[in-house]
Amino acid sequence: MNTLIFRTVAPFLTALMMMFSIFVLLRGHNEPGGGFIGGLIAVSALAIYGIAYGVTAVRRAIWFHPLSIAGFGLALSAISGLLSMLAGVPFMTGLWIYPELFGVQVPLATVMSFDIGVYFVVLGSITSIALTLEERDDD
Amino acid sequence: MHDATRKQGAEVPVMTLLCLFLPLLAAIAAPVLTARLGAASAWILALAPAFSFVHFAGFLPEIAAGEVVTGGYIWVPSFNLSFSWFLDGLSLTFALLITGIGTLIVLYSGGYMKGHPQQGRFLCFILLFMGAMLGVVVSDSFLMLFFYWELTSITSFLLIGFDHERAAARRSALQALVITGGGGLCLLAGLIFLWNMTGVTQLSLLIHQGDLLRQSPYYLMALLLVLGGCFTKSAQFPFHAWLPNAMEAPTPVSAYLHSATMVKAGVYLLMRLHPALGHTPAWEILLPFFGGLTLMIGTLLAIRQTDLKLVLAYTTIASLGLLVLLTGFDSPHAVTAAVLYLVAHSLFKGALFMVAGIVDHEAGTRDMTRLGGLSRAMPVTFAAAVLAAASMGGLPLFFGFLAKEEIYAALAGGNARAILFTAVAVLGNGLMFTAAFAVALKPFIGPKVETPKHAHEAPALLLIGPVVLAVLGLVAGVASSLAHAYVSTPMASAVEGRPVPVTISTVPHLGLPLLLSVVTVALGVLAYWQLARLREVMARLLEAIGPGPDRAFDHALSGLVRVAALITRIVQSGRLEVYITATFILIAVVLLAPMFVYGELPAWPTWPKGVMLHEYAIFLLAGAGVIAVLRARTRLNAIVSLGIQGFAVAVIFLLFGAPDLAFTQFMVETLSVVILALVMTRLRLLDSDPRPLGQMLLDVAVALACGLGFALFLLRTTQGPFDQRLTEFFNAYSKVIAHGANVVNVIIVDFRGTDTLGEIAVVMITGLAILALIRMRGTSALKPADNNPDEAEGREA
Amino acid sequence: MEALFCGLVGLFFSVAIYLMLSRHSVRMLLGVAILGNAVNLLLFTSGRLTREVPPIISAGMDALPSGAANPLPQALILTAIVISFSFFSFLLVLTYRAYQALGTDNTDDMRLAEPKDEPMPPLGY
Repeated sequence: MNTLIFRTVAPFLTALMMMFSIFVLLRGHNEPGGGFIGGLIAVSALAIYGIAYGVTAVRRAIWFHPLSIAGFGLALSAISGLLSMLAGVPFMTGLWIYPELFGVQVPLATVMSFDIGVYFVVLGSITSIALTLEERDDD
Repeated sequence: MHDATRKQGAEVPVMTLLCLFLPLLAAIAAPVLTARLGAASAWILALAPAFSFVHFAGFLPEIAAGEVVTGGYIWVPSFNLSFSWFLDGLSLTFALLITGIGTLIVLYSGGYMKGHPQQGRFLCFILLFMGAMLGVVVSDSFLMLFFYWELTSITSFLLIGFDHERAAARRSALQALVITGGGGLCLLAGLIFLWNMTGVTQLSLLIHQGDLLRQSPYYLMALLLVLGGCFTKSAQFPFHAWLPNAMEAPTPVSAYLHSATMVKAGVYLLMRLHPALGHTPAWEILLPFFGGLTLMIGTLLAIRQTDLKLVLAYTTIASLGLLVLLTGFDSPHAVTAAVLYLVAHSLFKGALFMVAGIVDHEAGTRDMTRLGGLSRAMPVTFAAAVLAAASMGGLPLFFGFLAKEEIYAALAGGNARAILFTAVAVLGNGLMFTAAFAVALKPFIGPKVETPKHAHEAPALLLIGPVVLAVLGLVAGVASSLAHAYVSTPMASAVEGRPVPVTISTVPHLGLPLLLSVVTVALGVLAYWQLARLREVMARLLEAIGPGPDRAFDHALSGLVRVAALITRIVQSGRLEVYITATFILIAVVLLAPMFVYGELPAWPTWPKGVMLHEYAIFLLAGAGVIAVLRARTRLNAIVSLGIQGFAVAVIFLLFGAPDLAFTQFMVETLSVVILALVMTRLRLLDSDPRPLGQMLLDVAVALACGLGFALFLLRTTQGPFDQRLTEFFNAYSKVIAHGANVVNVIIVDFRGTDTLGEIAVVMITGLAILALIRMRGTSALKPADNNPDEAEGREA
Repeated sequence: MEALFCGLVGLFFSVAIYLMLSRHSVRMLLGVAILGNAVNLLLFTSGRLTREVPPIISAGMDALPSGAANPLPQALILTAIVISFSFFSFLLVLTYRAYQALGTDNTDDMRLAEPKDEPMPPLGY
């Protein structure tokens, strides 16, 4: 798989897939998509990068330990649920706010941050699995 | 009693509550104090039971006036459970015996265990037991009674097994726990029966429900279960074997638990329930029969022993039998006699056990054939022993005499039954007289015998207990009117459930009881004179009878282990395929059997109309994919066919309106193939899956049955009506209240968000587990280990 | 239509269970992978089938029209796919590590926890 063409295309492909994964994640509330699918697309993107450049390069690229990313996602999801308790409604009740950004109304919700948490958990955990398994080839 | 005024002051419950827990608090303090102060800590620790004793003694005037003291706290209101206590003449007498003798025992233990490295642990257990026993006798609610009852069994286990480095101690401890604990379960069942029969959960209410209970069809069942608890605890034949074995415990334990208090818990409960369960033919047959049998067997076995503690242990069994006999005997004086004898027995038997402990401690042996002439070296101990034995033998002036007069007054009568039980009592009491004086005289009089240790008088800590108890036996006898007023009369009244004045005094009055007493003493003296010969006869007799319940316990226990091992071997063969086969056979049965049994088989489906060509194609592809996995001979084949069936499923999802699923499935299958490729290169896949023919046929049958079961089940489900309610709810509210157009996503992140949170936690834990598995560097530790069967076989060969 | 799905589900289950009854852990693994799909299809079918209309509320409408696919089983299956994938990866690694440590993929030879001819438990006290 270490052909020149693949190695040249891989970074662009990865970047494109990452963008696409975020797109899928954010549109998930109204169109097909969501945290689970987005996360899996991001993992595939990293897998392609890993096949082309090796595990070390992926680890460098994502900066954090993949399980830290998963932990962050889990915490984000849990906090999204807990926020509603601060507002005096039961755990996991969705809260919505509609701030105006540059004249455009942007709906933000704890539901959305929850989905982003799901995205990070799937991304982190499965990347960790793939990287750990791939690493065994090196030693 | 029935119209007794109930007193409930504001500050009294707090004090009583404190006194109930004081021994437990002292138990916690015991190890710390002992580590600092050594044996002297006993003086401080004894303050706890002494304080409780004084507090409970403060109730004496009220109780003597016929009042009842209750108190407590609501514990679990929804279950109608309360932590409540109930003090009448019966429980107060027991509470005083427990705390009073307990104080003496703590002091005695201080001296007896002096210098023992585990003295702190010992005192802790003793005090723990004291708290539990106190709980048993004052408990009002059933649950509390059962809880404390089992706690006494457990603390008894700990104390018998105190010297746990000896196998004999471990065996005795386990035996006591199994027998008394099993009895405790019987008691629990009995209490549940009583609760269901009457609807009350408090003893103070239950004792007024006698008529209701006696007419209930479940009366006999409840009675038998309660007796199961009482007879095991109070060591009635044939459950008596654990008590002599419990003599493995240090002597303070024998004196306290196994003569004065714990073994009387069964008698206590019988007396407590006497107003509720008594006065029926079953009660008046079962109790005297087992009591009388236990009395006979106990005394005969006691005569055979030469070990001071064992003699006392068997006479304790006999005394408990006598108490049960009296509790169940239908005569005006029987209950009074039982009450008097119970108090007298606690005093003299406690004292005698402590004397036996002192002799053992000072002379180094407690075998009476190797002891003699100690009276000069240990005059105080000797005096206490003689006083206690005189009470046990029932000599005039002593409290034991009153008890015995009352016993004969109760039993003697004209009918055959009365004559039989009188004979049993006379013989039993006579032999107990012999045993008492064998313990009190044999080690002390006669020529001096060389003992392992050079004997001299015991220190004060050891002497206080036996002297106080022995003297009390005399004082209570002389000042009988006082003892009756405060102890005997209230207690007998509580047991009878109506006022019963006790009047008997030490002044002998001519009559049948006195005559029987004389016969008893004469019999005792005769047996004492011929003790050696009698012992030999008994030994030969027992040998002829063969093994008793003690051996049976061993066989039962090892039999249990063998059966358990056999069943384990059959059920858990250690072969994974057997487990999996069994599981799937069960699943197939669960799926198929109800459909066939209840005739719920699905209708034969018609060939679906309007299926499009590409749909047929994708179905064929999925089917071909799984079949290819089944037949795969190489790794690559397996991975590719697994991928094919996965992608085919993804396409099916896409075709039937589930784009979310389809995308997820596509991504997952891609990643699966990648990961499989990474791992499978390092795994061996045999090019075939060889199974023996029989095995293969079975596997095929099981797999087909399961597949058929799931298919039929699904077909039946889809042919039935569909419950739309949940779906309609999500469809209707997804956009309106959750602001999302993609209903699937809204369900995942909003409606069922908590589930999803749990699921992503699982995903993350899997990631962690895989990381740990891969990074774990312990692989080499598994291989050379001697429990690896291949390696072990290799070494043996 | 449902009948066709029932047949496919039955086939998936049969193959999965036959593979799981193997003595070799690798084949059992393949069985587990198929079992996941079998269960997902079972859930999917029991929620009734609809062709090509995803459960997405189109703009301008407040509720999903009745002709669309049932979203409930889809939500259940979506998470099930991800979980069964994690579970499958874990089993895969476990099999691999067991093979590495014990040198076999035959479950009959994996007797560390339940050795053959285990001695009697002690009968004394």
